[in-house]
Amino acid sequence: MADKAFVRWGIVLAAIAVLAAVPVMVSAYTVSLFISMLAYISLATAWAFFSGRTRYISLATAAFVGIGTYTVAVLSDHLPLPVVLAIAPAVGFAVAFGIGLSTLRLSGVYFVIFTFGLAELIKQLVIWFEINQTKTLARYIFVNASGTLIYELLLATAVVVVAGVWWLSRSPLGYALRVIGEDEMVARHAGIDTTRVKVLVFAATSAVMSLVGAILSLRYTYVDPNIGFNSLVSFQVLIMALLGGIGRPWGPALGAIPLVLLFELLSGTFPHHFGIALGLCFVVIVYYLPGGVMGLIDRWRLWLRS
Amino acid sequence: MVLLEAVLSGVLVGGMYGLIALGLNLQYGIARMMNLAYGEALMGGAFSAFWFFTLWRIDPLASMLFSVPVAFVGNWLIYRYLLTPLVRRAANQDVLEADTILVTFGLLFVFQGLALVQWGGEYRGYTYLALPVNVLGATVAFNRLLAFAAAVVLALILYWLLRATRLGTAMRAIAIDPVAAQLVAIDVPRLSALAFATGGAIMAVAGTLVSMFLSFNASIGIVYTLKALIVVIMGGVGRMLGCLMAGLLLGVAEALGAYLVDPGLTLAINFALFLLVLLVRPQGLFSRG
Amino acid sequence: MTDALPLLAIRGLHKSFGGLQAVRGFDLDVPSGAIVGLIGPNGSVKTTVLNLITGEIAADGGSVRLADQEMTGLPPFRICRARIARTFQLVRILPGMTTRENVLVGRLFGAAPATLERARREVDALLERVGLAERAEQQGAQLTYIDQKRVELARALATQPRVLLLDEWLAGLNPSELQIGITLIRQVRSEGVTVVMIEHVMEAIRALCDHVVVMSAGALIAAGAPEAVLRDPEVARVYLGDDDA
Repeated sequence: MADKAFVRWGIVLAAIAVLAAVPVMVSAYTVSLFISMLAYISLATAWAFFSGRTRYISLATAAFVGIGTYTVAVLSDHLPLPVVLAIAPAVGFAVAFGIGLSTLRLSGVYFVIFTFGLAELIKQLVIWFEINQTKTLARYIFVNASGTLIYELLLATAVVVVAGVWWLSRSPLGYALRVIGEDEMVARHAGIDTTRVKVLVFAATSAVMSLVGAILSLRYTYVDPNIGFNSLVSFQVLIMALLGGIGRPWGPALGAIPLVLLFELLSGTFPHHFGIALGLCFVVIVYYLPGGVMGLIDRWRLWLRS
Repeated sequence: MVLLEAVLSGVLVGGMYGLIALGLNLQYGIARMMNLAYGEALMGGAFSAFWFFTLWRIDPLASMLFSVPVAFVGNWLIYRYLLTPLVRRAANQDVLEADTILVTFGLLFVFQGLALVQWGGEYRGYTYLALPVNVLGATVAFNRLLAFAAAVVLALILYWLLRATRLGTAMRAIAIDPVAAQLVAIDVPRLSALAFATGGAIMAVAGTLVSMFLSFNASIGIVYTLKALIVVIMGGVGRMLGCLMAGLLLGVAEALGAYLVDPGLTLAINFALFLLVLLVRPQGLFSRG
Repeated sequence: MTDALPLLAIRGLHKSFGGLQAVRGFDLDVPSGAIVGLIGPNGSVKTTVLNLITGEIAADGGSVRLADQEMTGLPPFRICRARIARTFQLVRILPGMTTRENVLVGRLFGAAPATLERARREVDALLERVGLAERAEQQGAQLTYIDQKRVELARALATQPRVLLLDEWLAGLNPSELQIGITLIRQVRSEGVTVVMIEHVMEAIRALCDHVVVMSAGALIAAGAPEAVLRDPEVARVYLGDDDA
């Protein structure tokens, strides 16, 4: 038994080592593709850990990614990069904590409404601030970060996030989240402090999103509110998590990898029709794959056993 | 701009907010669908009015003869073929709500994407009946007054229809308890579809009215959906008068905020009001108990 | 009844919904180790009382005390951890989880802290006691009605309560299942748990309760030993169409 676990861990560590070595082996374009994949793996896994389990659907991924982007855009001239990368998730955590406290004590509808509008709200606030302070919507990021650095940072983030979700899923916290998602009244009356669990997990996963947004922003030199707070990101993360299957730690990553490739292809071929294609792709998933790919695999496994 | 003018224009816009909240009440209260693509019908109505007026010199109000039936039929089709299968599939109300939110979120991107492809992202506007009118000593544009009057009339008609006709009473019964309604031989699916479609039609009207005096682009759907959601929560789901009053409250709050602080912070004011209501009285400002 | 302080003391509990007064001045003393029955024609008002006690709904006024602790105003999870447990009128099983997982939630979060291992062992022992040992791995959605009821009971017991509130727990059982249920409740009391049971099944009330109170139109109209209360003409009158199980 212990040997099997040892072998499994060995394989995982080896895989991570190989992945870490990728940037020196492939072209810059491929690295860029991998960067997108790693970023979305983190985003989708973090999203699914809260929204997938508790069924409180957050549509605010883009808002938190944008918070990370703008933290870098505003502070990178004044503070060293590691400090900025620590501040970004802290800001995301604080914002999510506030939203969580206000809306997660009530029924899920209020939470959805709030997260639905959050990206627009923050975008409008940023626009207001920029117009009044800097007189321009454009922001420039002058951090010299190589593709390799961004890649390794995102790889580290993805490993921590997926490992963290895997570990927490088997812990009392993961169990409490599942119970909340299955029947919150039962959770309350069985002694779970549902508000505390929901708020903390929402804030933590949002902090992850802000960190990813901050690291990703290092690829760009120019950012403005429309680029920084693009609701399509929320939608893409949602699709990936749902496609991969939200029940398992690996599910969203499974959804992220092919979809990043697909979306790369779509946005290259149909740059203006991208949103429409996404929407249609999504409707297909909701109707034909309600359990996601993992759900399909589970059903297939059950069928094999019978 | 004098304070009185600000408040007045807030009231006039607030009438529109009350109207769109009524439409959402039909979709969420009766048809029980949280439709995140709700604002897209408004955007469609605004663009039809714009194209009818700028391309063919047709009165924007007349464009409603086109946009309203299209919105009605479109929403009906969406309810019938996209949303009803979810109802059948859902194990309970929570799962249904989650599924509905996800699907309509997807629809939002489809419609917004189509509009962006067709018409681009720039803001559009046109001038129509922008004559100054004197009301209580303040100057106000005639088109705003007209929009307000139209919104009020439509709201009153809706209110009367729901209160005084058999069809309306049946719909209200569905809003209170769809299972019980079914037991007294009310055709819940058909009337829910009707309610949903009517909600969409109302948005098309609102879009036409709003386009007369506010600029818009392909992406404004989300903003109006948000406002409708916030007003419905403030006024109480299913409470028509409450929604109208909450709409006026939102309009005035926005106008005061624009006048006293900054016109660029309307969404912040929306959310601040929303948060306040959530923290103090989540069941709605105007509901009892 | 002894002159010892009641374990659960409820005074003047009241609640209105809109203009409607649902619960009017509810008083109840529950001595430690007793089984108290709460009966009355309108089911939902009695459930409202349960919801008020467990903090699911905020009371407009009144007090609920467990031993020395004031319970009113506390959120449900605190009341659960303070050792008041409940079952639900409509059985609430977590369909996507196994029997063991369904019961484990009560042990892990509602009772004294324990490692996952120890909690699992205690839950398995509990499942044994309520007769669910063979179903431990079965999915909640596949359990029979009586077994779902057992799971609810086990989950409530897993929180190590001092007071157990049963909301029509014996409803919908056939005669032999009813006997099993009655025996289980007796067993629970013998393990030191005080029970308050909302019931319509009069046979169970007669078999189990030391004390019965009757609610009608939101207020208490009678209280006393089961036989005396059930023979009270006022109670019979209020119970139009008495549904004796």
